[in-house]
Amino acid sequence: MSAPAPTLPAKLRPLAPVSWKTPIMLSVIGLLSLVFFGFAGSEQTATFGISTGGDVFTLPDLVVPGIATGIVLGLGMCVLAGYSIFLAREHRPTPGWVPMVFAALFIFAFLVWVVSGARTPQISLAGLIAGSVTLAVPLVFGSLSGVLCERAGVVNIAIEGQLLGGAFSAAIIASVTGSPMLGLLAAAVAGALVSVVLAIFSIKYLVNQIIVGVVLNVLVSGITGFLFTTVMQEDPELYNSPGRLPVIDIPGLSAIPIIGPILFRQSIVGYLMYIAVAAVWIGLFKTRWGLRVRAVGEHPKAADTLGIKVNTTRFVNVVLGGAIAGIGGSFFTLVAIDSFTKEISGGRGFIALAAVIFGRWNPIGAFFAALLFGFADNLQSILTIIGTPVPSQFMAMLPYVVTVFAVAGLVGKSRAPAADGEPYVKG
Amino acid sequence: MKLELQGISKAFGSFYANEDIDLVVEEGQIHCLLGENGAGKSTLMNVLYGLYEPTAGRILVDGKPVVFRGPGDAMAAGIGMVHQHFMLVPVFTVAENVALGAEATKAGGILDLEVTRKKIREISDKYGFDVDPDAIVEDLPVGVQQRVEIIKALVRNAEVLILDEPTAVLTPQETDELLDIMRQLKSNGTSIVFISHKLREVKAVSDVITVIRRGRVVGDAPPEAETTELASMMVGREVKLTMDKEPANPGEATFKVKNLSVISSTGQRVVDDLSFEIHRGEILAIAGVQGNGQTELTEAILGIQDRVTGSITLEGKELLGRSVKQVLGSGIGFVPEDRTVDGLVPEFTIAENLVLDLYDKAPFAKGISMRPAEVRKNAESRVAEFDVRTPSAENLASSLSGGNQQKVVMARELSRPLRLFIASQPTRGVDVGSIEFLHRRIVDERDGGTPVMIVSTELDEVMQLADRIAVLYKGRLIGIVGADTPRDVLGLMMAGVSPSEAESSHQDNPDDMEGDFA
Amino acid sequence: MSQSELSPGAPPPTHANTINEQQHGIWVRITQGPGLVSVLAVFVALVLGGLLIAATDAKVATTAGYLFSRPSDFFSALWAAGTDSYVSLFQGSIYNSRQGFAPFLETLTVSTPLICAGLGVALAFRAGLFNIGAQGQIIIGSIMAAYAGFAWHLPFGIHLLVVIFMGVLGGAVWGGLVGLLKARTGAHEVILTIMFNYVALYFLDFLLNTKAFQRPGETNPISPILDPSAVFPALPGSRLHLGFVMAIGLTILVAWILNRSTIGFEFRAVGANPAAARTAGVNVARSTILVMAIAGALAGAAGVAQVAGTEQVLTAGIAASLGFDAITVALLGRSTPWGTFFAGLLFGAFRAGAVTMQISTGTPIDIVLVVQSLIVLFIAAPPLVRAMFGLNRKSKNKPPKTPKHAAPAPAAPASQGGGA
Repeated sequence: MSAPAPTLPAKLRPLAPVSWKTPIMLSVIGLLSLVFFGFAGSEQTATFGISTGGDVFTLPDLVVPGIATGIVLGLGMCVLAGYSIFLAREHRPTPGWVPMVFAALFIFAFLVWVVSGARTPQISLAGLIAGSVTLAVPLVFGSLSGVLCERAGVVNIAIEGQLLGGAFSAAIIASVTGSPMLGLLAAAVAGALVSVVLAIFSIKYLVNQIIVGVVLNVLVSGITGFLFTTVMQEDPELYNSPGRLPVIDIPGLSAIPIIGPILFRQSIVGYLMYIAVAAVWIGLFKTRWGLRVRAVGEHPKAADTLGIKVNTTRFVNVVLGGAIAGIGGSFFTLVAIDSFTKEISGGRGFIALAAVIFGRWNPIGAFFAALLFGFADNLQSILTIIGTPVPSQFMAMLPYVVTVFAVAGLVGKSRAPAADGEPYVKG
Repeated sequence: MKLELQGISKAFGSFYANEDIDLVVEEGQIHCLLGENGAGKSTLMNVLYGLYEPTAGRILVDGKPVVFRGPGDAMAAGIGMVHQHFMLVPVFTVAENVALGAEATKAGGILDLEVTRKKIREISDKYGFDVDPDAIVEDLPVGVQQRVEIIKALVRNAEVLILDEPTAVLTPQETDELLDIMRQLKSNGTSIVFISHKLREVKAVSDVITVIRRGRVVGDAPPEAETTELASMMVGREVKLTMDKEPANPGEATFKVKNLSVISSTGQRVVDDLSFEIHRGEILAIAGVQGNGQTELTEAILGIQDRVTGSITLEGKELLGRSVKQVLGSGIGFVPEDRTVDGLVPEFTIAENLVLDLYDKAPFAKGISMRPAEVRKNAESRVAEFDVRTPSAENLASSLSGGNQQKVVMARELSRPLRLFIASQPTRGVDVGSIEFLHRRIVDERDGGTPVMIVSTELDEVMQLADRIAVLYKGRLIGIVGADTPRDVLGLMMAGVSPSEAESSHQDNPDDMEGDFA
Repeated sequence: MSQSELSPGAPPPTHANTINEQQHGIWVRITQGPGLVSVLAVFVALVLGGLLIAATDAKVATTAGYLFSRPSDFFSALWAAGTDSYVSLFQGSIYNSRQGFAPFLETLTVSTPLICAGLGVALAFRAGLFNIGAQGQIIIGSIMAAYAGFAWHLPFGIHLLVVIFMGVLGGAVWGGLVGLLKARTGAHEVILTIMFNYVALYFLDFLLNTKAFQRPGETNPISPILDPSAVFPALPGSRLHLGFVMAIGLTILVAWILNRSTIGFEFRAVGANPAAARTAGVNVARSTILVMAIAGALAGAAGVAQVAGTEQVLTAGIAASLGFDAITVALLGRSTPWGTFFAGLLFGAFRAGAVTMQISTGTPIDIVLVVQSLIVLFIAAPPLVRAMFGLNRKSKNKPPKTPKHAAPAPAAPASQGGGA
């Protein structure tokens, strides 16, 4: 210890009770947007179609100049960032609406930039949004499964397997019985079965929940792949032609521009999605059942001392979650296309997991997160068609990158249920 | 309601935590269960509350045998329990916590919290609790959280209330208030089972005292029984409540803390402008109720607190801003307050634990290569020197009893020449035999000329070991007083009263204060 | 419940008692220990896989039609369906009369990346981290190694070393980044690694469509072939290359790091009890970053084995499902270096043999996924396996050892203490 003592402690830091993370993030993104989407934007104008053929009344297309819009929106973002900095200097936290409005401005600025830079600078906004909702359907169901499991304290990495199992069962049962509705039911059962395995191993045998989840995904992938080759491909007519669930058009309402097709022109799976989101939200936050579930996920021992059966609650929730994810899986084979192929879920279970976290373990949050990811997914394919400067792979990366930012706490702070992933052993 | 336990035994594997226990709690009585840490009091209450199934024996309520398959059954029978570690969901509101498990609902299972809020207000008014039903529990002070636990039991019409070590986390003032609440509950006809190892509280409030030792009932005693008598019943032999040690022979002050402040991650000033010195060859004890900045103080010295200002010097060298490794390397032995969390790696062998902070130093390592033979040799000599009871040093640390685990931590930290020795809660959860051994080693270290800092929330321990006593309250130093300071003066200081005021208050009416402080 | 009361309560063992205990102990260790459970887990998984094969076999289905008139036909068909596949699996992975032991060399080849990536997962497990990100780390390692292999033209010898270095570096950066984010922000590594896998996958897809990476004159996403100086020398007549020796070397290295080095001591301490490690002066953040970087480097080495050994080009499917297989390899190997090595060999044999199996019996390769995941599930739940074979002792079962296992029930230490 011959080093001279430092006269000033190295860890001397300003006492800042208010986090500077948000203001700094907003400022950086705002300035970058101003430069890239504004000053370095495209000189073309971007055209957004709003109405489609069947609408009751027609709204004109939205035509905006690339650079000017980019600058205006970029300045808007900078103003919000400035407000956030001002608040931080006053030692006040940034209110929740600021990042939300900021995100909306950013998304629109990005859209204008990317569309105006395309070969054909024109997209249908209605189609973009409707497509986003459609692509988000399995994500929403998957994330609801995640929310239900994790709120009860069981980490569900097996969403992917539940979706895949649901997709497979829906296809084979609907094909054999000729009834897509029975296929839908079979999907729920298959998802629940995957969950039963998850529940038995993680709750009864205390196997680490992440391990079970990871392994279950491989198992379901193996079994469905095996049966696809040995059964479905032997006789696709009999085993792999499930037919589609019909789109149910609610007359009148479905003709409202933009929101009509989203809310009132859906398959039964689409309608079930809205019902499920509402039901899970009300169930978790307004009912006795939900209070107990959340108690089990936060402090299982406290729940136990009040006579609540912790492991039974967890078991039920995990199985319920699996059934919901299974229904989401049926989307692939009964709604999107009418046949099963290997790995048809294509990693969407993991995006759903991301939506759970990004949506802060709240069904409605998860719903909007899933919509955002569906939007990114849809935009990616549309952008490939209209030919833009952004490689589609980077759009595909977006949900994952956003989630990394979310879990790293760079956009807000998410807090998992306290006992999430902890097995409960009585005593 | 009259509650009887007859011949209750509870075994874990081949080990009996309770053996053939008989206990009768009469209606409207405060019945104290007195026993050392680990004597089996909590196990017994968990049996009574339906959390454990008894291996043998039966429970009678008003003379009729009952079987509790879970806490739900116990609650239905009118038994309520306030656990030592609160069973509250931190992110829930008070009302949600109270409602949980016995929720009022509207049609369709929709929660009706208004019913619960009303009940909380009623009870709150009746006992003067001052609890807001819509407050989030994690934002409430510990004392208020405890009241929420009591409300939880009362809402469920508990006629027998079990309080498991309820004063461990309270200030002397809060303890007084709790004892008052207990008397009030008693006058309303509620029976109370009061679990404690603190003799003064027990004597102050009990109607009957049952002493438990090593899982068996040793006997009953009236609250008027002598403290020493109760203590020897509890421990099983004559206990010296004081310790023989030579008077300190302090040398120069080598460890100096100046204007130390620590800001917690939530932005609170948990250590507030602290200044003190420790001399060679003296023991300075830091006294205070748990959660008054002691943990942060020791962590700041060790270098694992981030937002620290001020200065900490050892033999003139600044410690602030250095890494833990550098701090330990400058000759500090550090015994953390919770050995299983911070002191040991339970999954490691005893031998590995004995080099946990020395593994990369000679002779245990050469470069980045470790030398297992040296680790083993060291383990054998430490195990022998500190009388660690184990078949082999290659056994896992988790196989040791609490006392032996603490000996491992102490053996490691005292195994090299030290310039400062810091021990937090050096004997928490340790049996009496080990306590005496560990105290002896601490005093020996002092006698070897090392400055020693002891942090303890047990006033007994503080008074036994200390040469000087520094009292912390809300992160501030209330004062540094001599080891001969009367216990009630220290108690007042622990509640934030300045030494001079505490002293004069003591002079005014010494009798009134006696007995109320632990 | 504290244990302070336990030791004094336990009776001192008498002499006879001790001997009995010892014999009993050996029996317990055989029946309860990891060895037998692992063997039984593999056995049960193979049987279940066999049943799945038989269930979809046409002949079994036909004979089941007249099960009651001629049950022997059904059972022989059932037996044949299950065993035929496994026999051809064996012939494709170990030995057959036509090729001799050539298939075994193929097994070693296929095992090489599995072992390397498995070691990465195992090392992270031991430090308490779930590295689900081997997949992404392999991809980034492959990209860097492949680029160095086809774009730079260096002298023989040096070129291969540079390729290895670049691959390992790529994996280390990708893994280390996760460690950095975890250490700095507390984000959970499981989520981070899953997300990083997809980012890596799309990044690879993007690169293979750029001029720098796409083979001239190709429209498919495939890179140029690596220079001959950039690939591992292979054993003549087989695909087995020196990468396997690298895998052995890495196993020895990881074993040394974990058991004999100070950094391994730190890793294990952080893995078992980060709070105690920090109090003892270990820099937990640095340790986390270092573990993830080394784990990533090992996965990167798997990427090198792929591009500079087995495949010799970079394609979108270069990592196949290696990263996920690596998790099962590490779990089967109980996160010990040599356990991982042999688990890698076993799963390598499955992979290699499955190709032959598919050709000769038509059983899809997917059966390997099924068997592999079943093995891991059963191994993770020893009480289940023991229950199947009636081996359960009456005492409470300990939960299996995983990085972040449950806090043991108060009853568990009590029963241990009582028996000691």
